[in-house]
Amino acid sequence: MPKPQVPGLIKGLGVTLGTLMQTIKPKKLGGGAATVQYPHEKETPPIRARGVIALREDNCTSCMLCVRSCPDWCIYIEAHKELAPPRRAGGAPRKVNKVDRFDIDYALCMYCGICVEVCPFDAIFWSPEYEYSEPRIADLLHDKTKLGEWMETVPEAPALEAGAEKKKGK
Amino acid sequence: MIFAVDLPYWAQSLLRVLGGTVAVLLPAGTIVYLFLFKMMSFMQSRLGPMEAGPYGSMQLFAEVGKWLQKEDIAPERADIKVFRAAPLVVLMSTFLLVAVVPFGPDAYFTDFDAGVFYLLAVSSISTLGILMAGWSSANKYSLLGGLRAAGQLIAYELPMVLAVLGVVIQAGSMNLQTIVIKQNSDSIFGWNGLGYPYILTQFVAFLVFMIAVQAELTQAPFDMPIAESELVSGYMTEYSGFRFLIFFIAEFATAGVFAFIASVLFLGGWGVPFAWFGWDDITQVDNWMNFAGPLIMFTKMMVLTGIIMWVRFSYPRFREDQLQRFAWKVLIPVSLVNIMITAIFKVAF
Repeated sequence: MPKPQVPGLIKGLGVTLGTLMQTIKPKKLGGGAATVQYPHEKETPPIRARGVIALREDNCTSCMLCVRSCPDWCIYIEAHKELAPPRRAGGAPRKVNKVDRFDIDYALCMYCGICVEVCPFDAIFWSPEYEYSEPRIADLLHDKTKLGEWMETVPEAPALEAGAEKKKGK
Repeated sequence: MIFAVDLPYWAQSLLRVLGGTVAVLLPAGTIVYLFLFKMMSFMQSRLGPMEAGPYGSMQLFAEVGKWLQKEDIAPERADIKVFRAAPLVVLMSTFLLVAVVPFGPDAYFTDFDAGVFYLLAVSSISTLGILMAGWSSANKYSLLGGLRAAGQLIAYELPMVLAVLGVVIQAGSMNLQTIVIKQNSDSIFGWNGLGYPYILTQFVAFLVFMIAVQAELTQAPFDMPIAESELVSGYMTEYSGFRFLIFFIAEFATAGVFAFIASVLFLGGWGVPFAWFGWDDITQVDNWMNFAGPLIMFTKMMVLTGIIMWVRFSYPRFREDQLQRFAWKVLIPVSLVNIMITAIFKVAF
């Protein structure tokens, strides 16, 4: 039998006692628990937290890349083609895809973020908002109106790193 | 010293039943709330229950209410009668234990001379209940847990008995009340300001006793029988609702009762040093000690269970062979040596 490590044992007791003292010390003195009493006080999630996915409908071309890349098949898009006025005067009218339905089923979504990464038109964004639980599971299917509302909570994109070249617009 | 009022037999019995229930349930509830809910949370840098009542103080009632609502399920192939009786056997051993603990000069349930012998015998009834639970559940995990529990409880019963023997030799009595009186009326080399709590001379026995109690209660680091990561919950796996609640109460009530017993054996029990108030022996002790005594006992119990729980929350679990080796190769020899030395001193002085 190995020698009992008495100093280590006592040190262990000291660690738990230290944590206890730290937790019951008043907040003003730098104490308090590591946890947050959720419904009463809320943690601000980090700016890039994966809370909910927001949709900017105008940018969506219903290219279906997000739908196809979703591992859970939780995005549903239906669209029809429409004629839009030509970009330059005298040109032919353009054909554009108009989104009829853009649903994300958050009961299925596993927050992998592949759809956000894959979108080539800057139409879907992460928002750190997280309070959208529902008593009925069917209500977790967010339609395009609701997804559009989440856009308000999307934080500004962080500034580019110094020296990073900005993508040139057309 | 006798109570001023002379109660009829039925009233005495009623008082005893009430007192016993309070002496078992009150410590259990306090331990669970103060230590299991709060102290453990603080030690893990969280606050624990905060919603039910101020600082979550009503959480216990919420938990009990939840358990009482749950269905009483027994496995199909379980030995139903034994399965149902097992938690009650465990709880019964707790109630039987508290029967010999003195709480004051007259505040005791029974006062008989083989008290220490009785409590050591009765405390092993819970082993029986645990083995019954493990065997009758018709579940491999339960059976393994029950067997481990039986092996552990029997192994640690021995050092406990041997540790207590040191106190018995020194006090020259097996009567718990006499042991308390002795500790409070004796003096240390003629100085009687502290009485003579046996923790001073029997410190080794006290350590061995507390370690054995930790193991008897199957609290970590001796929680191999419950070992939730490998045996689900050991012998408690198949229990739900009311019967699980009884196991739960029994676990913490037994912790309280063992702490009572430890404070009686080593810390002077309900008494204050008699010299403080100029009492010479038990007959001169004032009547108010019958009310102060339980409070003193309760305080000592809280300190001791606090230590038990502190150790529980700090240490990881022993492996089964380490656990057995520790009992047989360390604790038992140590307590045997302690008995020998105590006996030599007893005879020499």
